[in-house]
Formats: sequence, C-alpha cells, structure tokens
Amino acid sequence: MKSSVIIFPGSNCDRDMDVALKKFGFNNKMVWHNDTALPKSDLIVLPGGFSYGDYLRCGSIAGKSKIINSVIDYAKSGGLVLGICNGFQILTETGLLPGVLQQNKYLEFICKNVHVKINDTKNKYFKNIKKEILELHIAHNEGNYFCSNDELKLIEDNNQIAVTYCDKDGTCNNNSNPNGALKNIAGIFNQNKNILGMMPHPERMIDKYLSGEDGSIFFENLIGNLN
Amino acid sequence: MKIKVIVTLKNGVLDPQGKAIQQTLNGMGFESIKEVRQGKYFDIEVNENEETKAKSKVEDMCKKLLANLVIEDFKII
Repeated sequence: MKSSVIIFPGSNCDRDMDVALKKFGFNNKMVWHNDTALPKSDLIVLPGGFSYGDYLRCGSIAGKSKIINSVIDYAKSGGLVLGICNGFQILTETGLLPGVLQQNKYLEFICKNVHVKINDTKNKYFKNIKKEILELHIAHNEGNYFCSNDELKLIEDNNQIAVTYCDKDGTCNNNSNPNGALKNIAGIFNQNKNILGMMPHPERMIDKYLSGEDGSIFFENLIGNLN
Repeated sequence: MKIKVIVTLKNGVLDPQGKAIQQTLNGMGFESIKEVRQGKYFDIEVNENEETKAKSKVEDMCKKLLANLVIEDFKII
C-alpha cells in the first residue's frame, strides 16, 4: 500500500507519521507543499503541526497551497485522505469536511492523553477495529469543534461523527471533553467517509515502551482494510 | 486604493478571548461593559482606481480566504 504525507512549512508531525506508516507496512513518500502533483497513493495524510505558523486561521493558508488542489481532486474522486490535528483544521478550511476548529474553550494549549470512542465502523478507517475505545494523544490550541445546528443534524443523520472524546469507560460528557468541542467531537468524516479528520494523534501511540499502542491498533487495522 | 476589512465572529459563536478580555476589564474596574467580541482588521492596498471594482475584489478575497464564513462575518469599509 502506498501513502503520501504532505509537508507544509510548520508541519511538525510529518516525520512521526512517516515512521508510523512505514512501521505498519505502508510504502510512504513525503510530498512538499509546493509540488502540484501527488505520487500514486492509496492514502494521503495531512499531518499535525502549525502550517504557515497558524497565520490568519489555523490551516487556512495551507488550504490554499499549491498541492492542495491535487488533494481535493484525489479526495473528491474517492481517495482516502486522513488529516490529523492541523491536518483536520486544513480539511475544514478547504471545505472537504464541514465545520471549524475553534480555540479551546478555556484558552489553554492542551497536551495530554485522552480516550476516544469510535462511533462508526462502516468505513475503511475503523472497519474491523478490535477496540471501541482508544487511548490517544492530543496536543492543540484550536481543537474545539463547532458547526451550525443544520450542519450538525446532517452529520449526525449520516453518521459522520467518527470519534468522540470519552473517559476510559466510554462515557462522553463535559468531564471527558477537553476543549469544549460540540458533542465531544474529536473527529469527523465527509459524507462518503473516505475523508477523516481528527484531533488525536495515533502516530504518537505506536510504541509500548514510549507511549502506548492504541495508535498501532489504528494503523494495523487501516492497512488491513486496504489490503 | 486602500480598502479596510473587519472580520468578526458571528453572533452566537463562542469567543473565549473576547470573554477573557471582558472579565479582565471588569476586574480593572470597567464594570459597565456588557460584552467584548474580538475581531481582525485588514488594510488592503488594491491596484485599482475605481472604488466599486476594488471593493468587489476585496469581497471575493474575504469570501475565499480572509473570513471563514462558517463562524465569521466580514465588513468592507
């Protein structure tokens, strides 16, 4: 399986993502934001970081970068696009995913492990996944998901809420909501579920000695679904 | 020609920075403040002599980049 990770100036999770994808069997290539064409890929990843210094709004400048038109074409033709953290912000800024990521409710940069519940498994990312609740890492200042009531109804009706913040037992409430996100939303799909944006970083949880292995579960399952 | 743009959060959208500023002002003794909403201001020098043309270009810029219309409104002045 071939994957590509896009590097923007200010991306800082691109190499972690490269390590994670290769560890679980992807033949990964790094793609610079000023390129215009994508290598042949089964998965495109927009990594975490602070693309273009988070100027104007997080992800807004990356959302107009040279490579992004190819990413949009690839996504619209049904290709898998995964955006993590800043990558999620970029996906909302391009309009590929609905809503926005606003500043965290209590104005703090949050860097900690959280639990997320997988809400939908009828998609290539989570089909057959062996755990319903994953422990992943978040590190962001703008992860407070928001959309209009009309949009929320649409994404709920179409089961587009991918993952929600919860406690270790799977309870989603205000106490398990780190950033004020609407309905505890940590990640969403587009309508066709080939595009996934989420704030938590699975690439940071792929080593049992350093962090945890729930990220490994995510990547192993993903490549298993693609093979 | 210089065009000015103000981008603000839509009514009803949470503005935690505005709220923190308001609380600080209240704490400083400015007690009559009801609400503070923080926004962005842009000065754009457009290579155009006709005001309507310049403003229409800026409007396009606002819709495509300067404002995120999901949560923000813009005003061209």
